[in-house]
Amino acid sequence: MDLTLHVWRQKGPQDKGKLETYPAKNVSPDMSFLEMLDEINDGLIRQGKDPIAFDHDCREGICGMCSQVINGRPHGKQEQTTVCQLHMRQYSDGDEIFIEPWRAKAFPVQKDLIVDRTSLDVIMQAGGYVSCHTGGVPDANVHPIPKPVADYAMDAAECIGCGACIAACPNSSAMLFTSAKVAQLAALPQGKPEARKRVKAMTEALLDEGFGNCTNHYECEAACPKGISVKFIAKLNREYLKSLMPTSTEA
Amino acid sequence: MNLFKSTVGRKILMAVTGLCLVGFISVHLLGNLSVFWGADAINAYAKHLHDLGPLVWVFRLIMLGLFAVHITFGIQLYLENRAATPDNYAVQKTLVTTFSAKTMVFTGLIVLAFLLYHLLHFTVQITNPEISARNLALVDGHLDVFTMVTKSFQNVFIALVYIIAMIALLLHLMHGISSWVQTLGWSTGSSQDKVTALGKIVAIVYGLAYIAIPLLLLARIVK
Ligand code: HEM
Ligand code: SF4
Ligand code: FES
Repeated sequence: MDLTLHVWRQKGPQDKGKLETYPAKNVSPDMSFLEMLDEINDGLIRQGKDPIAFDHDCREGICGMCSQVINGRPHGKQEQTTVCQLHMRQYSDGDEIFIEPWRAKAFPVQKDLIVDRTSLDVIMQAGGYVSCHTGGVPDANVHPIPKPVADYAMDAAECIGCGACIAACPNSSAMLFTSAKVAQLAALPQGKPEARKRVKAMTEALLDEGFGNCTNHYECEAACPKGISVKFIAKLNREYLKSLMPTSTEA
Repeated sequence: MNLFKSTVGRKILMAVTGLCLVGFISVHLLGNLSVFWGADAINAYAKHLHDLGPLVWVFRLIMLGLFAVHITFGIQLYLENRAATPDNYAVQKTLVTTFSAKTMVFTGLIVLAFLLYHLLHFTVQITNPEISARNLALVDGHLDVFTMVTKSFQNVFIALVYIIAMIALLLHLMHGISSWVQTLGWSTGSSQDKVTALGKIVAIVYGLAYIAIPLLLLARIVK
């Protein structure tokens, strides 16, 4: 099939950037979206032009590096699918495809489709961990964790930190990402001791990094390639409310 | 970071004050609907309110506080969110959000502007002195609120101001009346869809009931 691509090109963080149009000829429906871009880049390199810069790593939907807004939707039109797992059979001959980077003040564009997502690391560093010594591998069932709780934590742990939730959010809020971390750890015994500190620190970091506030649009959930539910945002809100209550160990 | 600075804390304050405001508009609506039961009903309602004396002022102060908190944080969150979001995408598709969710601050500000007019109109009574209750003849020794209300809404301009403001309130409630369930952490994912649907129904009932008052009086279906 033949397609027309409109791709965001930006030389560097300071450059204004603009959309450039490229024809994509003889695209195989079996190609992944990134393979299709690889072919375009081969062509550009042969012509002595600068190839389109885009992030990717695993190309199997688990690393969260690929980050493209395709025709107005982060990760493109297929539900619960990363760009690297999106295939060209989703498109048909003659389609026009707009490809843009994640857009949020907290995600400055580095080059073309690559944005700097350090701000998500800063949120993680603020509390997305447990600081107890875990020692060697414990015996099975040392920590009794009911199956529904384990499942709940696993559902939250599915977040791959790609940032699509922020790219989709009308407020550029990182609440879905943050809530997945807060909820996962708060559900498990290892995460409970620091739950109060964590929810405050991580939501504070979220604002400091320049993300917006959540106003319950739920665009994040619709865009998330891993189907992270906004119920985790409700859980984060609950954890925050709990953190306001005094505890017996506090003076 | 305290409650007044935290991203979640301020949302919680908005939800709690928003809920109190919903409580207020519920009671206010019930009182207002008494106009459909005739002059005696609404005049008696107005008299009861006046007879509360100093309590009215306590109540007004509480309302002022609620509005101040709700509006301050509403505008603050809106400005922060706009600052966090750069120039738009060339192509942008939203999938699930609604018109009412995207326009909360604007419908809120329309309601605020209306509120000021409404107070000048019916409480301070300076916008249309010729039909103000205080300038009308007393009935059975108390103010003739019924005539003030019916005469007001027979005026197309006044009725339109009220109808437009009540459409804004309806839109505000379309999002707000269920949004707090999520903000206060009570939703469980699968429940939020039902809560949102129910919220929309309640918002429409409130909106239509509020719009009915100026509309039916303007059309002289109720006189
Ligand atoms: C009778 C009047 C009002 C009622 C009953 C009301 C009710 C509500 C409710 C229940 C919410 C939901 C809170 C949440 O998301 O958890 C809300 C949100 C909001 N309100 Fe109001 N409100 C009123 C007036 C106003 C006014 C005058 C403004 C002026 C700026 C305003 C601005 C906002 C904003 C910006 C939000 C946040 C929207 C969001 O978080 O998605 N409201 N309101
Ligand atoms: S919540 Fe979903 S969209 Fe957001 S970072 Fe995690 S995987 Fe990506
Ligand atoms: S490249 Fe790893 S998730 Fe797409």
